[in-house]
Amino acid sequence: MAVHPLYRIARRLISPLVTLVLALILADIAWHFFSWAVLHAVWRLPENAAQAPDTDPCRAAIGHGACWAVVREKFRFILFGFYPYDAQWRPALAVLCFVALFGLSIAPRFWRPSLILLWIAVLAAVGVLMWGGVFGLSFVAADQWGGLPITLILATFGLAAAFPLAILVALARRAEGLPVIRMLAIAYVELIRGVPLISLLFMASVMLPLFLPTGWDIDKLLRAQLAFVLFAGAYLAEVVRAGLSALPLGQYEAAAALGLSYWQKTRLIVLPQALRHVIPMLVNTFIGFFKDTSLVLIIGIFDLMTTGRTATLEPAWQGFGNEVYLLLAAIYFAFCFTMAQISRTLERRLAAPHRDIEEPA
Amino acid sequence: MIRPSFRSPSFRWQALGWQALALAAVALIIVMFTKNASQHLAARHIATGFGFLREAAPIPIGESLLSYTPSVSSYGRAFLIGILNTLKVAIPGCLLATLLGTLIGIARISPIPLLARLAAVYVEVLRDLPLLLQLLFWYGVFQTLPAPRQSFRPLAGVFLSNRGMRFPALAWQSGFGWILFAALAGIALAIVLARATALSPHRARRLAAFLPIPLFPALVFAVTRPTIIIAWPALRGFNFQGGMTISPEYAALTTGLVLYTASYVAEIVRGGLISVARGQWEAGAALGLSRAAALRLIVLPQALRLIIPPMTSQYLNLVKNSSLAVAIGYQDLVSIADTALNQTGQAIEGIGLIMAVYLTISLAISLAMNLYNARIARRTR
Repeated sequence: MAVHPLYRIARRLISPLVTLVLALILADIAWHFFSWAVLHAVWRLPENAAQAPDTDPCRAAIGHGACWAVVREKFRFILFGFYPYDAQWRPALAVLCFVALFGLSIAPRFWRPSLILLWIAVLAAVGVLMWGGVFGLSFVAADQWGGLPITLILATFGLAAAFPLAILVALARRAEGLPVIRMLAIAYVELIRGVPLISLLFMASVMLPLFLPTGWDIDKLLRAQLAFVLFAGAYLAEVVRAGLSALPLGQYEAAAALGLSYWQKTRLIVLPQALRHVIPMLVNTFIGFFKDTSLVLIIGIFDLMTTGRTATLEPAWQGFGNEVYLLLAAIYFAFCFTMAQISRTLERRLAAPHRDIEEPA
Repeated sequence: MIRPSFRSPSFRWQALGWQALALAAVALIIVMFTKNASQHLAARHIATGFGFLREAAPIPIGESLLSYTPSVSSYGRAFLIGILNTLKVAIPGCLLATLLGTLIGIARISPIPLLARLAAVYVEVLRDLPLLLQLLFWYGVFQTLPAPRQSFRPLAGVFLSNRGMRFPALAWQSGFGWILFAALAGIALAIVLARATALSPHRARRLAAFLPIPLFPALVFAVTRPTIIIAWPALRGFNFQGGMTISPEYAALTTGLVLYTASYVAEIVRGGLISVARGQWEAGAALGLSRAAALRLIVLPQALRLIIPPMTSQYLNLVKNSSLAVAIGYQDLVSIADTALNQTGQAIEGIGLIMAVYLTISLAISLAMNLYNARIARRTR
């Protein structure tokens, strides 16, 4: 095919031209953002007669300058909600506990059954820190909790409780010779995955009290947590099932040849390999749960999203939503991005052939 | 496969026992729940059953595809409007997310480094932020537009304000139905023709296949000659009259859902594209195809096999995620059902309806995508 020389030159020019245009657009956006977020931003506010911050400088800057004073004023509330101000070191410590727990859990050298004990210990410690009532800590009822700890609690306790459930459901879904149990498992997974999480949260907040005997008064947070466990269980069951089906048949046959019972086989041969295989997928699913906890805003539980939204709705601070949303975005992003990177690293390590991941380096 | 434990007679009795136990446990829970629920409902004087669907619904509904009068129209009609509003977000949402996601996915493997990098940043940032946060942000953006009196006018007759986008609309005439029908017939014929001429070396023939799309409706229009009346929006008092509106709630929900889902679609498309062997691109280049043509004719058809199954779950997610509408005040099914169950107290029926509708939509999408998947799998074998 004859190609006109001008056409060839034009094709050569596409890449630098696109790069130039994109770079110009980016520079423009970056400049506007810098000008809004730094040059014209209001960092501090004078106090008015009522000893409350006077938001007039911020109002004057709306449209061309950020009001970081709202973040300075509200970040304790956004992070910890209505938790007693003087005791907020406790939820802060709980958050650190969670971060440490995640950090240890994703290190392959800790992937052994005793990791379960660590989880139980850390989750118990979080419970003690949040509730108090022992070791000289004052008691703080769950309806005073709020902010980042709630988000982490919903996601982490949800994962911890849903995981055993998911394993059982995944095994049930593959149980040969038990058609009824298999049908029940399929019905559970497909039903939960077919409806939005909101409908489950509504169910937990409105319907569950109707279903329980009179006098059973379950805390609202616990009900939301239950909805999360049901939700997470169905999605995790699919992840575990993927791991089970990825296991070579020879492993099942070898276990049978050793004369192991079903539960011995499952515990000693099948699950350790199947679960290790799906750890990156588990981390990705967990990122999803972490983001999905924000939906409790709709049923009025004070997680990070709800405290942030509440801060933007306060009359004195209305109009500075973007500053608060940026703070929330930064927190969510920090957690999710870190976990996503780790998941990717794990995926690469697990994909590397003939390398035992438990071997010390 | 050897599974002796499942074959032994003792296992068979055990299996029966366990299954009977599981069934009994489920039945017991259902019976207990029903008993408790009926007691609670009776104590609170709440009716049961779906009779309330025929009662008048005092729900104010802002936007609706059907005529609706609060306190006159029934709950059933309100629910129907909710379902239509959900579909009104979900269907364009899926289409736009596919389009944008595909473009970003292709950009991610672009040979232009800056473009590929930008696409990667887009995917990373949007996937790592909760959808709800993004929706609240977009809603905030659409709300900070100026009031109707100071609205932006990007084009004559188009008004952008904090009440949404108002634009001129064609007033529906009886003859339009035929034109619409002709357009659909034109699209159907174009698909058939495009398939027949897809491999034709003549560019003109390939383009001619699409002629029925403009031609058919134009022909019907020329024959029937319906009168055309355009309703122009005009400012009256504090709001607009005439024309059509895209509400800020709808705009925020659709924008948020599309941008968020597109980041997932982009990853799926990229995964599909890089799974196609490099040699396929090179083969295309050897045939003298440009990169775009090789992508369209050689790589994409092969990548589709890998792209379709995860795409299905993204569509399902988008439909389910559209229920976050309730947080920004768009009246989708969940939002209307929520109001209804607060008014009537019939939580079980309301939530049951939500679940039934979403399950139906989910199953319908799965079915359609499975059929499509089966077809392309067969063709590429």
